[in-house]
Amino acid sequence: MEKSNNTQSRRSFLKVSSITGGGMMIGFSWLANLIPNEAIAGPAAAKEWVELTGFIKIFPDNRIVILSPNPEFGQNVMTSLPMLIAEELEVDWTKVTVEQGDYDTPRFKRQFTGGSQAMRTAWKPLRTAGATARFMLLQAAANEWNVPAAELTASNGVVSHKATNKTASYGALATAASKLTAPEKITLKKNGEFSLIGTPQKNVEGSKVVTGKSLFTMDYKQEGMLIAMAIRPTAFGMKLKSFDATEALKMPGIKDVFEIQVYKDGYVKAGFDTRTFNNLVVVVGNTTWEVMNARKKVNIQWEAFAPYKEFAGAGNNKREDTIPAGLESSDEHLKQMYAKQKIQGKILRKDGDPEAAFAKAKKVIEKTYSAPFLPHNTMEPISCFAHITDEKAFFVAPIQIPEMMKQSITMNLDIPAEKIEMKLARMGGGFGRRAYGHYIIEAGLISKKMKAPVKLIYTREDDMTNGVYRPSYMVTYKAAIDEKNNVTAIHVKGGGIPENAIHENRFPAGAFENYLAEGWDIPSNITIGAFRAPRSNFIASAEQSFLDELAEAIGKDPIDYRIELLKKAKANPVGKNNEYDADRYIGVLELVKEKSKWGDPKNKNAKRGVAAYFCHNSYAAHVLELTMKDGLPVVGNIVSALDCGVVVNPEGAKNMAEGAIVDGIGNVLFGGLRFEKGVPMQKNFNQYRMIRMKEAPKKIDIHFVQNNIDPTGLGEPPFPPIFAAFANALYKATGKRHYHQPFINDLNKS
Amino acid sequence: MIQLNINDKVYEVDASADMPLLWAIRDLVGLTGTKFGCGMAQCGACTVHVNGSPVRSCSFPVAAAAGKKITTIEGMNEKIGEAVKKAWIELQVPQCGYCQSGQIMSATALLKSKPHPTDADIDAAMQGNLCRCGTYQRIRSAIHRAAEMI
Repeated sequence: MEKSNNTQSRRSFLKVSSITGGGMMIGFSWLANLIPNEAIAGPAAAKEWVELTGFIKIFPDNRIVILSPNPEFGQNVMTSLPMLIAEELEVDWTKVTVEQGDYDTPRFKRQFTGGSQAMRTAWKPLRTAGATARFMLLQAAANEWNVPAAELTASNGVVSHKATNKTASYGALATAASKLTAPEKITLKKNGEFSLIGTPQKNVEGSKVVTGKSLFTMDYKQEGMLIAMAIRPTAFGMKLKSFDATEALKMPGIKDVFEIQVYKDGYVKAGFDTRTFNNLVVVVGNTTWEVMNARKKVNIQWEAFAPYKEFAGAGNNKREDTIPAGLESSDEHLKQMYAKQKIQGKILRKDGDPEAAFAKAKKVIEKTYSAPFLPHNTMEPISCFAHITDEKAFFVAPIQIPEMMKQSITMNLDIPAEKIEMKLARMGGGFGRRAYGHYIIEAGLISKKMKAPVKLIYTREDDMTNGVYRPSYMVTYKAAIDEKNNVTAIHVKGGGIPENAIHENRFPAGAFENYLAEGWDIPSNITIGAFRAPRSNFIASAEQSFLDELAEAIGKDPIDYRIELLKKAKANPVGKNNEYDADRYIGVLELVKEKSKWGDPKNKNAKRGVAAYFCHNSYAAHVLELTMKDGLPVVGNIVSALDCGVVVNPEGAKNMAEGAIVDGIGNVLFGGLRFEKGVPMQKNFNQYRMIRMKEAPKKIDIHFVQNNIDPTGLGEPPFPPIFAAFANALYKATGKRHYHQPFINDLNKS
Repeated sequence: MIQLNINDKVYEVDASADMPLLWAIRDLVGLTGTKFGCGMAQCGACTVHVNGSPVRSCSFPVAAAAGKKITTIEGMNEKIGEAVKKAWIELQVPQCGYCQSGQIMSATALLKSKPHPTDADIDAAMQGNLCRCGTYQRIRSAIHRAAEMI
């Protein structure tokens, strides 16, 4: 549980200074929230200033600007983060604007957006910075009016002294305040005492979005800019052999056609460098259409590659990976995974004596689940702008992890870190795809070669067929049931291509005396990476479908059965390291039960399914209702209960949770990229079925558990459990359980 | 040279006749509110109005648009368009926002032909516009809201 401590020490992460031309600036470390106090206390204060990751500026004209290092891709941080500052600073939050911090080494020591962590990491630093500024502004007024600071109040950006009727705006006080010493300790409002936090507020970027004025990387333009596109191998397992650009070079508007190598030979990859196709043919020209046409005229030969070695990690984690050769197919993958399920895997966790329990069982239920590779399919295809000159390397990039790109840029583009300038554009969707910045290296290499500003564009086909996919998974759940209809053991075994999805210490671990988790993996040359709630997005779908089936087998209500297990895990937890809070888990189940009128549904014709999950520090439970029409499911109302602690901006939070729900329904029903001989079989939206308006739920009701726990994220947690809520409702509506995603394949057969 | 009338302004563009209108608007005219999503009329991000009708500009040759009245998101300023944009903000539709220009252009076209659409009308008219963030049910509600405002 996130414990709240509302007294914050300034020393560790905060610095106040004046602004040239007047005003005050409060710099702070974004991640101080997550660093134990002991680690940052002590004499090394000066060094810590270097690590400040954001700031607030108060200008003499009363403008308040926050610099946020967190890039925006629809999670609404440009609205929710300023609310934190305004709450403690006591200003009209609509007067607070957020500026996107650019890549700025070494000041932005750690820029990372992902894992639903923005709100969790910003919660204390931003409020502390706001409270400190308010304290100093009050002190500045007290000094000027020669009255005790305790007699002053601050509201709406104005300091008042009731006794003398004096008032002064923050802007007027800011310069004087910046010269004061910041307080050593500052007391923040207690959770539950907020006036702005917890109120629904509209997206500050809303009017830009609806008028087409938001600038995405795709929209960036600079004088003399060229357009570049790459040609990549047609199949995973292939590499460039040779090419002939004679015809392409004759096409109008074309400047050059050449080969680039993305990562250098022997380059040791960091965490977010991927195994993209390494040798590409690049076509550069004046306009997008000219480059698209010329690209078709390049004559290229590809060849299969032999197994090769890659180097990754650092220090003790340094490792050598062998990338297998071969042209892989989805049908073959499935056979390989079934074969792995028949042999012993690696033991991930074992409680009690599961073998004995299964040997004694009166009845065993065993079900196998699988899911395919998924492309992210962000609506804005991958793109990157680069302009490399002797003076600097300038990028406009849609990237979730700017800081992590430093090594790759310096090593692969031979650019010293201090010359890197990166503007972080609003992103047309992320979902994990934009954590993998190989496209920044690609754009940089092209600009270096052309000695010109270049925008690299991926077409939809490039984006979908050269992805960093969600892995393909399989898992088998097995339960032992005794003669009294008690479940005596659970066995979960599974793996994936190339990694397994099992979180062995999550529920239902801890609730069963006898528990065994086994995993395996199958190496592959298909590139994979993080996808909204990595691993959880598959394992939750299987686990929560299995629990539904198990509850039915022993004659229990699916919600009550989950609650019973969680109560058991709380009272008598089996094993150590159970990574969930049973009370909060029960909380969302009880809330969804109440709000959905589980026992007495309004729509008697619809069939309903329930599922719940915990990941990325938050809890989610959904009840989904559907009906069948012409053999296909039509989703009606969805009721959700979420626990992410304090909900900072319920409006934005609801929107994001709704989005995760729609995303999950789309993926469980339609999602899946098939491979044949290394070739991705879907290349654009005519072949890859995405959820569309007709399949969207009729209504989604989001309910939050009301508590005063420090906030945790919401971008990912509502996503994993919706898969199983859908699966369990589909079973109720059709009488048939579905185990293999996407379900549309089976539905079309029947 | 091809003459284009975009948002009541005339532009001369040096484009081959087969260049999709999308790339003429984005690369040559420089209006970037109209988005590239798929290049084959499957996602709707590039939707503009040509003589008042919604068109997927990524698959519409620029030569065919010559002499016609083209409206992009930047010029969607008449009564229905304004109501749609207002409803979009009131009901907080966007997340990442990339698809929303196209959604708004399709929604405006629908309301022009059907001032009071049913859910089924909306589903049919908006089926060609993908939203990866999953704002569909908000879009549905916002279209109803815009209909009330008009």
